[in-house]
Amino acid sequence: MFKIRKKKSLAVAIAMVLSVSVLLTGCSSNQPAAPAKEMKTSFNAGAEPKTLDPALSTGVPESHIQTALFEGLTRIGEGEKVMPGIAESWTTSADGTVVTFKLRDAKWSNGDAITAEDFKYSWLRALSPALASEYSYQLYYIKGAEAYNSDKGTADAVGIKVVDPKTLEVTLAAPTPYFVALTAFHTLYPVNKKNVDANEKWSLTAETFIANGPFKMKEWKHNDQVIVVKNENYWDAKNVKLSEITFRLIEDNKAALTAFESGELDATENIPTEDIERLKTAKVLKIDPYIGTYYYRFNVTKKPFDDVKVRKALTMAIDRKLIVEKVTKGGQQPAYAFTPPGMVDVEAGKDFRKVGGDFFKEDVAAAKALLAEAGFPEGKNWPADVTILYNTSSNHKLIAEAIQNMWKTNLGIDVKLRNEEWAVYLESQKTLNYNISRAGWIGDYADAMTFMDMFVTGGGNNQTGWSNAEYDKQIKEIANKSGDQKVRVPAMHAAEKALMTDMPILPIYFYTNPWVIKDKVKGTYRSSLGPIDYKLATVE
Amino acid sequence: MAKFLLKRIASALLVLWIVVSLTFVLMHSIPGGPFSREKAVPPAILKNLEARYHMNDPLSKQYVDYMINVAQFDLGPTFRYEGRTVNDLIKDGLPKTATIGFLATIFALGGGLILGSIAALWHNKTPDAVATFIATIGVSVPSFVMATFLQYYLGYKLGLFPPVGWNNGAFKNLVLPALALGAFPIAQITRLMRTSMLDVLSQDYIRTAKSKGLPGYVIIGRHAMRNALLPVITYLGPFFAYILTGNFVVEFVFGIPGIGQFFVTSITNRDYSTIMGMTVLFCSLLVVFNLLVDIAYTFIDPRIKLTGQKGA
Repeated sequence: MFKIRKKKSLAVAIAMVLSVSVLLTGCSSNQPAAPAKEMKTSFNAGAEPKTLDPALSTGVPESHIQTALFEGLTRIGEGEKVMPGIAESWTTSADGTVVTFKLRDAKWSNGDAITAEDFKYSWLRALSPALASEYSYQLYYIKGAEAYNSDKGTADAVGIKVVDPKTLEVTLAAPTPYFVALTAFHTLYPVNKKNVDANEKWSLTAETFIANGPFKMKEWKHNDQVIVVKNENYWDAKNVKLSEITFRLIEDNKAALTAFESGELDATENIPTEDIERLKTAKVLKIDPYIGTYYYRFNVTKKPFDDVKVRKALTMAIDRKLIVEKVTKGGQQPAYAFTPPGMVDVEAGKDFRKVGGDFFKEDVAAAKALLAEAGFPEGKNWPADVTILYNTSSNHKLIAEAIQNMWKTNLGIDVKLRNEEWAVYLESQKTLNYNISRAGWIGDYADAMTFMDMFVTGGGNNQTGWSNAEYDKQIKEIANKSGDQKVRVPAMHAAEKALMTDMPILPIYFYTNPWVIKDKVKGTYRSSLGPIDYKLATVE
Repeated sequence: MAKFLLKRIASALLVLWIVVSLTFVLMHSIPGGPFSREKAVPPAILKNLEARYHMNDPLSKQYVDYMINVAQFDLGPTFRYEGRTVNDLIKDGLPKTATIGFLATIFALGGGLILGSIAALWHNKTPDAVATFIATIGVSVPSFVMATFLQYYLGYKLGLFPPVGWNNGAFKNLVLPALALGAFPIAQITRLMRTSMLDVLSQDYIRTAKSKGLPGYVIIGRHAMRNALLPVITYLGPFFAYILTGNFVVEFVFGIPGIGQFFVTSITNRDYSTIMGMTVLFCSLLVVFNLLVDIAYTFIDPRIKLTGQKGA
């Protein structure tokens, strides 16, 4: 696939002029010289970030703050579009394995120029075994990256080449159409070499935190709040209207909502289920798409779930609409397939889910027939020890109870419920010590592959014991080896079909992101991957 | 006194060592580890992580290394927060927790002693009923209900205090958490004080004092109060440790960046070094406060001698 995007606009020139302007002489976080109207806002990011070092962070709270503080080669904008970020344009070679990024004249928050060398340094740093980044696999698409990260290759062999200070050439292990979009992900953000080398604790305090995004750090009070202010050195600073954002770190969702309602906070997410109805009626609740699927795993290595008929019967015998309307209430969509909406199909603008369609219908009569065929007519002979495993949480419990009840009423079978503390539950799932287990998956990038590569034989996230030659072939042999959407997307559709024919999993619903934000704050963009971008936001 | 102290310190160290070792064993025997994730960590990356945190060493070596570090007051890096150590967490969080704890102590101790005395002096009359009622509420309402209640009504509905946040320790932000934290101990202290005051008031020497014609405030202040305080003092040891190490629920609900949260979250996160660090901290504080309480006895009750047969 040959892809060229060139956007050399006047904006660059203007931004440059602006950035050199006198405004900078003060440099620190003083009030802007032209006090039009101070636009400040606040948002509850949730828990204390594990870190704000982009190579090491993993969580959602971090991603909100990092979206304000950093910018990758690209940035995700309105409509999930991949916009030029620090790179003003890029080209992909005909075979899809070499991507060349052309960098714009952009600066770090301390005024240093950002060069291709910075990206090379940052990516190799994220990959170095000594740093031990958990998300380093996000860079495995680059040739030699996995080997280097696994201590089997050298840094020199990694396919990142600095052609000149403004040109970065990346050689991929295989064609990866979503690699360019992935450069907007935090693991691929650049860090300032001089700063990082000088102080390994650079990311812990505002004084030593150098980044390159629309905002720069003013204060980080651990477990309390992170304050960011406008970064005048940002290349697109003229379009950044907010002067300050306070990211509060309130872990208790209920307390955060109270703070929002008392006017102390402008926005918060993770709304407690019991408040959703009330906020919906009051018309304050916003429901944004979120690419994630809530589902149950079947342990196909254990009776009775080694029988596909049983898995199908159970999948068809629950009422998903009832679950999303009466239990979760947050505008979630019933799921009749695994991959959620929001992924691109062959043609840009078409949705992978819409093209793929539903794979099954809820049908109690057919489910009963299947169960009878499998040897459990009207639920007779059903093993007494079948249990739904979930991690301790009232929401998971309510859903499990609803499903338990539906199976009892519709199929006449009894299942037990078992809750386990988070890490114990993860361990049980990993070691296949369960019958049916609750699971959830949030995509890392807006391509169906982030879901479809999970269930390959022996995959770390499979955790069902399921293995299917057709699925493996479509993913490993076809989709992962081609950069051509016309080849790889149909292969992923075929793989999903194989998955949903065998049903090692029971899809329940597609996630949404219910949150609240004051009307006066406008222009935020929330990617369906989760992070909120305040770059273009304004406050009235 | 010196001999007593030395003996107590030696036994405290022994207790500390046993508790820490037990925690170490228990912690490593529960399923899951610090790198358990919903998105499975690829084996090569897991190897890097384990190497970085020295978790690829045999457990015995990890144990010995840890003990050596603890002896030098180095509690190690946390698994949860990149680049921060458990010492950092304590340094950042303990003063905040202690500030709230201090306010809660004043509230609980002051309120409890007064309420308890009133209840005893007006035994079976209206003030007694009121004080007992308050005490019953404090004991029976769980702290998460109390905290949420205070936050919602005093913070949000009436707008008297900010409902959430530390705000650099501004007094108005501290009131609600201190009240919530003090609700349980104030009730405990009230009940203790009431019972022991009733007991003391029926003693012969109080009757003697009365018959000598001493004014009421002297009888209460000098004779009754002092003796009635003893059970309360006993309660103070664990009370201080409880208050200082914070209350997970109160800190969670009011968004206080103290250390109370780490007692719970470190376990869910399998943050081994923080689990151990918190154990060491809590255990040390408990031992120290119990020691202080023992010393305090001698000032209040001259009959008690530290070097005597009285045990801890």
